[in-house]
Amino acid sequence: MHESPSSAPARALKPETLARAPGIVAQYPQKRSATMPLLHLVQEDRGHITKEDMHWVAELVGVTPMQVLEVVTFYPMFRQHPIGRRHVRVCRTLSCALRGSYALMENLEKSLNCPRGETSPDGDFTLEFVECIADCGCGPVVHVDASMHENVRPEDADKFAAQLKATLKDPAYGQHPPVPGTPEWNG
Amino acid sequence: MPAVERPLIYANLRKPGYTVDLDCYLRHGGYEALRKAVALKPEDVCKEVETSGLRGRGGAGFPTGMKWKFLDRKSGKPAYLVVNADESEPGTYKDRQIIYKDPHQMLEGIAITAWAIQAKQAFIYIRGEFIHGAKILERAIAEAKAKGFLGQNILGSGYSCEVVVHRGGGCYVCGEETGLIESLEGKRGYPRIKPPYFPAVLGLYNCPTIVNNAEPMAQVKHVLAFGGAEFAKIGIPGDSGTHIWGVSGLVKRPGLYEIEAGKATFGELLYDLCGGPLDGRKIKAIIPGGSSTKILKVGERFKGKLANAPSSTGRSRHPPRLQQHRRVRHGLGTAAPSSSTTPSR
Ligand SMILES: Cc1cc2nc3c(=O)[nH]c(=O)nc-3n(C[C@H](O)[C@H](O)[C@H](O)COP(=O)(O)O)c2cc1C
Ligand code: FES
Repeated sequence: MHESPSSAPARALKPETLARAPGIVAQYPQKRSATMPLLHLVQEDRGHITKEDMHWVAELVGVTPMQVLEVVTFYPMFRQHPIGRRHVRVCRTLSCALRGSYALMENLEKSLNCPRGETSPDGDFTLEFVECIADCGCGPVVHVDASMHENVRPEDADKFAAQLKATLKDPAYGQHPPVPGTPEWNG
Repeated sequence: MPAVERPLIYANLRKPGYTVDLDCYLRHGGYEALRKAVALKPEDVCKEVETSGLRGRGGAGFPTGMKWKFLDRKSGKPAYLVVNADESEPGTYKDRQIIYKDPHQMLEGIAITAWAIQAKQAFIYIRGEFIHGAKILERAIAEAKAKGFLGQNILGSGYSCEVVVHRGGGCYVCGEETGLIESLEGKRGYPRIKPPYFPAVLGLYNCPTIVNNAEPMAQVKHVLAFGGAEFAKIGIPGDSGTHIWGVSGLVKRPGLYEIEAGKATFGELLYDLCGGPLDGRKIKAIIPGGSSTKILKVGERFKGKLANAPSSTGRSRHPPRLQQHRRVRHGLGTAAPSSSTTPSR
């Protein structure tokens, strides 16, 4: 019987992740404060947060797994399910909207073959609208993983999508320290 | 006279070749203000800030020096400094520049503030989406600690303060100070009910806590550099220093403009500095201070406690007047006009 990828047991967290956790907890006068930083750490490791991860965090910070779940479900950045290889977030708040972010979204849906709010069938992209990401003078802005792309005009959607697709074939994607003035620097 | 910029906070970070590392900051006179501060008594630093007339930049514009005075020093509990770098008010994007381009300027202000209120632990609550920004700050903190500007025994004074960067989770309400404190405690960011939860008395871990926006931290550095009385001469009485205006929407040159407090009308800002609306359009309305403030239509007068404030959405050339600045102070939230324009017929 085939198991779908989402029901497969999640892999163990990386040794680096496990090694960094105690230092993070020790930064705070009260352990519970480390809940969010640990959840960010887990999510950066595996892309989402599993039940087992929440148990692990709960034990480290001395609360119940339920109290960690409460945090996971409150903050929009935390997710319990895997997403596409690239997470594309288009700002839809007023300043970006005035500069065309809705038209941009429509065009990106076509260029990336991905309806908004969903993951493309090939699993390459998750495309979402988000609220203001504090870069309003350069709208429309698109936050892709950890990079911030500014002034992405609706008519440039195809070119922009091609650029994002090219990163899928780049084995060094996201591994180099960002260079000042690049989208990675601003992300 | 057309509106002009007076960069104070952005003066260095706009220079070509200016980088985020400590060496560059030191070459530009960095941490000299902290040296001045630790040579003073903490209460004298508080006094300088009070004299300076500096106000908060997180929305309400509360006088910073007065806020520090409210800190409960009698309880014997440790005091905390929490820097609000959540920057989630729609249309606001000023703090990002400081964090990404001049992190040490903010850290110097944090060290000065921590000394003034005698906090041994400071937190920077930064927007979760500022992934790289958090890393820039962490690197800058490590550099500053290695040189004795933060951490143990700051500049040989015997005083110590640790700074921790705490990333949010993409939740707007965590910008509100009590929601932020809940979030920093590892809970859902539901705001607390004041009273009794005034942060200065019952803040983080129910200890006295000062929550300040990121920008006043940078301003505090200049307060110490100029001295409170000199700093108070920048801007206008009751509102000193500079305001960073983040203009966005359909104008020719959207961007961040740093202007002396109260020295420009919206008309001057939008036309002189931003070049007016895009060609073929005319300005219909603006949102003066982030989405939480009331929309101003062209020609509309600000209504509120200060009914006499001149309207400045049109191309008015009112000389700066106190009422107007008052309005700037109370109604302006985070100084983030977004302009909505309509094609002119
Ligand atoms: C809903 C809401 C959201 C807020 N968001 C922010 C924010 O993103 N950044 C900020 O500095 N202050 C924000 N504030 C204001 C803070 O509660 C607090 O007053 C401020 O950080 C104090 O700093 P200041 O004295 O420098 O103004 C918000 C307030 C409310 C009610
Ligand atoms: S409105 Fe899009 S970044 Fe602020």
